[in-house]
Amino acid sequence: MAHNPGMELDMGWVNGAVVDLPAVNRRAATLLTKRTVKKSWQAAWLLRAVTCIDLTTLSGDDTVTNVQRLCFKACNPIRQDLLDAMGMGDYGITVGAVCVYSARVKDAVQSLKQAGGAAIPIASVATGFPAGQVPFETRLKEISMAVDLGATEIDIVISRDLALSGDWGKVYDEIKACKAACGENVHLKTILGTGDLGTLTNVYKASLVAMMAGSDFIKTSTGKEGVNATMPVGLTMVRAIREYFHKTGFKVGFKPAGGIRTAKDSCAWLALMKEELGDEWMRADLFRIGASSLLTDIERQLYHFVTGRYAAAHQLPMA
Amino acid sequence: MAGNLGSEIRRIFDNMEYGPAPESADVAKKWLSQHKDSLGHFINGEWVKPENRKTYTTCSPATGEALADTIQGEEEDVNLAVSCAKTAFQSWSQLPAHTRARHLYAVARNVQKHHRLIAVIEALDNGKSIRETRDCDIPLVARHFYHYAGWAQFSDTEMREWKPVGVVGAIVPWNFPLMLLTWKVCPALAMGNTVVLKPATFTRLSALLFAEICHEAGLPPGVFNVVTGNGSFGSKLALHPDVDKVAFTGSTPVGQTLRRLTAGTGKKLSLELGGKSPVIVMDTADIDSAVEGIVDAIYFNQGQVCSAGSRLLVQENIFDDVIQRVKERLKHFRIGHSLDKAIDMGAIVSQAQYNTIKEYVDDARATGADVFQPDIPLPAKGLFYPPTLITNVQTVSRVVREEIFGPVLVALPFRTAKEAGNLGNNTNYGLAASVWSENLPTALELAITLKAGTVWVNCHNLFDAAAGFGGYRESGFGRDGGKEGLYEYVMPKWERTIRQNVDIDIKTFGASFGSGTSPTPGQGGPSKSQLCPNGKQQPLVDHTYKVYYGGAQKRPDGCYSRPIYAAHDKQTIVAYVGDSNRKDVRNAVEAAHKAAPGWGKRAAHNRAQIVYYMAENLELRRQEIAERISLLTGKTLENSFKEVDLSIQRLFYWGAYADKYGGNVQETTLYGCTVCIREPVGVVGIACPDEFPLLGFVSLFAPAIVRANCVVIIPSDKYPIPALDFYQVFDTSDLPAGVVNVLSGNKDHISKYLTEHQNVDAMWYFGSAEGSKFVEFTSAENVKRTWVNYGKERDWMDQDQGQGEEFLYHATQCKNIWMPMGTTFSN
Repeated sequence: MAHNPGMELDMGWVNGAVVDLPAVNRRAATLLTKRTVKKSWQAAWLLRAVTCIDLTTLSGDDTVTNVQRLCFKACNPIRQDLLDAMGMGDYGITVGAVCVYSARVKDAVQSLKQAGGAAIPIASVATGFPAGQVPFETRLKEISMAVDLGATEIDIVISRDLALSGDWGKVYDEIKACKAACGENVHLKTILGTGDLGTLTNVYKASLVAMMAGSDFIKTSTGKEGVNATMPVGLTMVRAIREYFHKTGFKVGFKPAGGIRTAKDSCAWLALMKEELGDEWMRADLFRIGASSLLTDIERQLYHFVTGRYAAAHQLPMA
Repeated sequence: MAGNLGSEIRRIFDNMEYGPAPESADVAKKWLSQHKDSLGHFINGEWVKPENRKTYTTCSPATGEALADTIQGEEEDVNLAVSCAKTAFQSWSQLPAHTRARHLYAVARNVQKHHRLIAVIEALDNGKSIRETRDCDIPLVARHFYHYAGWAQFSDTEMREWKPVGVVGAIVPWNFPLMLLTWKVCPALAMGNTVVLKPATFTRLSALLFAEICHEAGLPPGVFNVVTGNGSFGSKLALHPDVDKVAFTGSTPVGQTLRRLTAGTGKKLSLELGGKSPVIVMDTADIDSAVEGIVDAIYFNQGQVCSAGSRLLVQENIFDDVIQRVKERLKHFRIGHSLDKAIDMGAIVSQAQYNTIKEYVDDARATGADVFQPDIPLPAKGLFYPPTLITNVQTVSRVVREEIFGPVLVALPFRTAKEAGNLGNNTNYGLAASVWSENLPTALELAITLKAGTVWVNCHNLFDAAAGFGGYRESGFGRDGGKEGLYEYVMPKWERTIRQNVDIDIKTFGASFGSGTSPTPGQGGPSKSQLCPNGKQQPLVDHTYKVYYGGAQKRPDGCYSRPIYAAHDKQTIVAYVGDSNRKDVRNAVEAAHKAAPGWGKRAAHNRAQIVYYMAENLELRRQEIAERISLLTGKTLENSFKEVDLSIQRLFYWGAYADKYGGNVQETTLYGCTVCIREPVGVVGIACPDEFPLLGFVSLFAPAIVRANCVVIIPSDKYPIPALDFYQVFDTSDLPAGVVNVLSGNKDHISKYLTEHQNVDAMWYFGSAEGSKFVEFTSAENVKRTWVNYGKERDWMDQDQGQGEEFLYHATQCKNIWMPMGTTFSN
């Protein structure tokens, strides 16, 4: 995966950003009516979506048990017989990563090893997820501890208080410090907490600042805000990624997270990437979907594709 | 199977391409086969297939596949349909408003019941995408019927001064076959008219299907009829003596032909014509959203949209960036069969249209323009044209000036918002525009500056039944939609239907100067000396009436004067008045245009004050002017006083309207604000009636100027003096120079040059049947709005006839400005 080296904070660029909410809403709404995939195309796209999932559990009651189950599912996301029927049994389909709290990274490392999926990245949320309302030093410490435990990707949250007060310089500095704490080999995914930012213009500015500070991915939300991964927010962020790429040549990935539950949603997000950024951004190195229940719905759809019958939930292994 | 499937899925998994997503045509085919793939007219609630008619086979533009045979109607078919509509009108117009509302409501409901079938038929027949027919055309059809069911309900209250005109002949184009038909049929039926509709040749199916659905929904026979035929068949419909109103949407040349054909007959006419609408992108815009708006503006329906944003104007500092982004965007376009659910553009409607588009683009390329077309796959068969962006063109380029009616966008840079407005308005058309800026003062001022019936702010091609749609300039007149759309299908209750044929020679009408009263001396007795205040017999100081324009009395260009006589004897010359010629017209129109911007910017309060002030100053001269009216017309002094007093009242009436008819908020489906602004028509030529030399004059200029128009007005031919006396009232009432310009002389001669003047926006003519025909005929050249009396007098003393909403309708044109709102999406 390519790293984004970042750049100096360019406040002229940031301040020039403006996003028209009604127009973005219209594009977001019509984009879904303009693109659809059917039959084999739908199946193939759903399989691709599977490979882009950051299969996630982020709950207060997470224990080694459910993390373990999640990791095994991550290595075997779709029933083998279904994959075989689609000629994809030998393709090595796994999810893009598993995503857990920093306290569960160790469980994940062991579980994946057991499940034969040591190559699957482990993403740890850090920096006082989801609110980020902990002292900055603590946040940095959490990052380095998670990395030490074996996380290969770190999902941080930005300080929404700084963003809301327009202190983009400080937002930039914090992310940069987080990036440094990650070190060279760990991917930094920056959660903007878009549902806390109020306007799409703020979302765009936060996207730019996060990319300038060296984020490898920008991510919509923690899943805990009032508004999570909506299409207008996604559209705004991928447009920022596009502009950043055109101006700097660096490719930054995108991760919508929160509220993505249906197979149809996953195709819509893939179509958004294809339309606004191009095919390159439809792969796990530049696109992830943060989700937990989505995988089950995709598996059900593929079951239907293969058998022509609608599956019962109990026929598919739960995560 | 599994092997093939396996390799297919693997391939798609790797390349992540889109696949086919076809909508089934089965039900549509079933409907056609129910009719044995052969459709007749739908008249009086039944299918009518006369013997021995030629047929026209309608095809799918996406594949060339034949869909069904339709018939080429002949004159007797028009006669049958019109006579059925006329019979149906007797009962339909008399139905209680609520009953008509129920009928329209039922149609809306039934359209929704058959939504998918109609959408598929429309997409098949036209070549446009199923996504658009499903998500745009057909929902708008239903929405229109719901909205106008409401106006039917209110026809006795909101429209109590008006009555239906009778039988409406509607002629609609192929680009939105059903939706545009609905725009005519809904207001027509709501107001109590009946309709005979001729759909476009290429796209007849949806209209016929719709007629069947209306019938099944219980619409009484004869209320809505569909006849099919070629272009000259359409002319026959328009010309049928029992057609009282022609409603047309289509090209400007055909609209002009219809104007000429119906001139002088007394038929009402509304025209919704072509456009070359600008899309103005300021550097304060959200550029990515603007790019998407450009896609909505020009590539919607393959660009075959009268309001297509076909001229992209971009501020120079972001020009290259915007062009680059549009090009990038076009590389993602998908073009294909109209029933594919995942395409951006379908097929062009016909080979002829395809050729026209191609010819324009080839010509632009040949003359040095840069033509960009993305390298995307086009289906091998069918009439598919790629989305096209042309740069390196200028205002002189043909592709910049002419309507192409295809997916072809031309782009030009500008420097300032003011220049953007000027470039935006540098066109014969005036249908629509969009402005892209996050800066409200900039966007709003441009929206007001642009001469167009619809201006979208940060969006393009949004439509709704609650907002009128229609043009300025050569984009036509009349509005489809909103309450404003009702006026195209009604007439004042006091008015009688006029149907006449007048023969005139357009070339010679009004052409010779000095006809009628000759501008020569020796046609009366000598002026008499009178007793002066000093007690001596001596001549009064000679009083010279001049023409009046630009706020000053001017000698007529020709320096000829014509005598005006007293009523009681043809020997007494009351005065000589200036005899105006075409150069006076030229000068007066110029003066009016000079005054127009300033007059329009005055606060309405100020315009009202000036008109009230006129009343004040007129009353000071009450006695003198009444006496003069009596002397000139032979009316009793009592009646002459009445005319003066009513003129004063009328100035009050119109003064009051200066700040009470600005427009309203339209309750469209937009989240935001859709505002209808009733703008002035512009420079209005007015020819006054002879019946009431003062009252007629006041009743006509006052509504025009309170609504911010500037006028060039021809007073009564016979009795011009009260109007000429009035210029002293203007001068003492602080009326700015050029707002009212008065040209005395031969009414028809001056009217000819006013009507022929390309920079006069409307012509009101109260005179002969011949003159009325001339004005309507000649106005076709630049699609002026006209208001003529067909030689019939009206009682200007009567409140219904001499004032009211009819005057406001003629003095204004509606501009709908769409302003979506919102910035905050979450906390």
